Amino acid sequence: MTPGEISVLADLARRRSGVIVDADKTYVIESRLAPIARRQGFTTISELVSDLHGRQDETLIWAAVEALASTETQFFRDRTPFQVIASDVLPALARKGRQEVKVWSAGCATGQEPYSLAILAEEERGKYGPMAVDIFASDLSERCLEKGMAGIYTQFEVQRGLPSRLLIKYFDKVDDHWVMSPRIRQMVRMERQNLLTDVKGTGPFDLVLCRNVVSAFDPSTARTVLEQIAATLAPDGYLVMGAYETSAHHTPAFRPVPGLHGLYVRDPNFRIAA
Amino acid sequence: MVKTCLVVDDSRVVRKVSRRILEEIGFDVAEAADGVEALAWCRAAMPDAILLDWNMPVMDGLEFLTQLRREPGGDSPVVVFCTVENDPDHISRALSAGAVEYIMKPFDSDIIESKFVEAGLL
Repeated sequence: MTPGEISVLADLARRRSGVIVDADKTYVIESRLAPIARRQGFTTISELVSDLHGRQDETLIWAAVEALASTETQFFRDRTPFQVIASDVLPALARKGRQEVKVWSAGCATGQEPYSLAILAEEERGKYGPMAVDIFASDLSERCLEKGMAGIYTQFEVQRGLPSRLLIKYFDKVDDHWVMSPRIRQMVRMERQNLLTDVKGTGPFDLVLCRNVVSAFDPSTARTVLEQIAATLAPDGYLVMGAYETSAHHTPAFRPVPGLHGLYVRDPNFRIAA
Repeated sequence: MVKTCLVVDDSRVVRKVSRRILEEIGFDVAEAADGVEALAWCRAAMPDAILLDWNMPVMDGLEFLTQLRREPGGDSPVVVFCTVENDPDHISRALSAGAVEYIMKPFDSDIIESKFVEAGLL
């Protein structure tokens, strides 16, 4: 790929999804676009890029934009946030008398995060009295969501982060794959959503997970997205960010919960813009 | 102190691959080719962890684990199965017999590391 082609792609991704494409990582860009080029019958990625640029076909543009975002995920990724949700977040919400906890997994990729939350909720069920957990999960990528909704995972995927005890409790083995049990699947609702344009009007949520998402955005997009998330949070709700992320340099909307890494609450002084 | 892991597998190649991965994540590694050899190792010095194949000649992994738990001090090693058997029934039997985690072959270093974290070994 030429620098010109990379800049066409980077520009598309930034304008459509807010995602910053690292122009130095040509191999990442190529490996993400190669399947689309092949499906569309292009022999090279350059041909795909020139078609994207020339023909402006919306379906193809979105396929490319979706593919350019990272979809790296795994069950119970980073462990700590899930321990914190079980030990602190759910008990705190229960003490406030919540009978239904509304959760949003923002940027859920192929579904491992919302399903991990559903399994966690199922494992914790009954500890805090009657409490139903309702999980909304969204992602930009249609292809990721299709896989997530199907709830079908490879042997490799179910061995990263998921304890074997939970694997045999919540999955059925079908041929070479592992299928999430209907009981867990029905706790999760998945929908395509662009964080740049579709957040307004959702919520209120008691808990939002937005991990390793805003770090792919430029600073002003990150700020907009985080402040829109703040607006969807219940006043006493929580935000969980990625292990290596912080909201602090983007927006004053949140403040960290002392002692609980990655957990944030809305700053009481933050006013939601109308 | 450096933790020890006994790798029990009748395939020399698998033992070699496992050894390399385990040494990289900080374990001292010993090897055994079947359950009887593994029991002899354990009687001499109980390891902290055992990475255990299921199907082996002489004595298989499940029988080894059952016998190990009857040995003096035999309840201390953390046992992680590592086998081509990949159905829920095998996993369930392994966990009931006292294994804490279960790896389905083929595996890579990510899977071993992730499972050893689950098992509380890392």
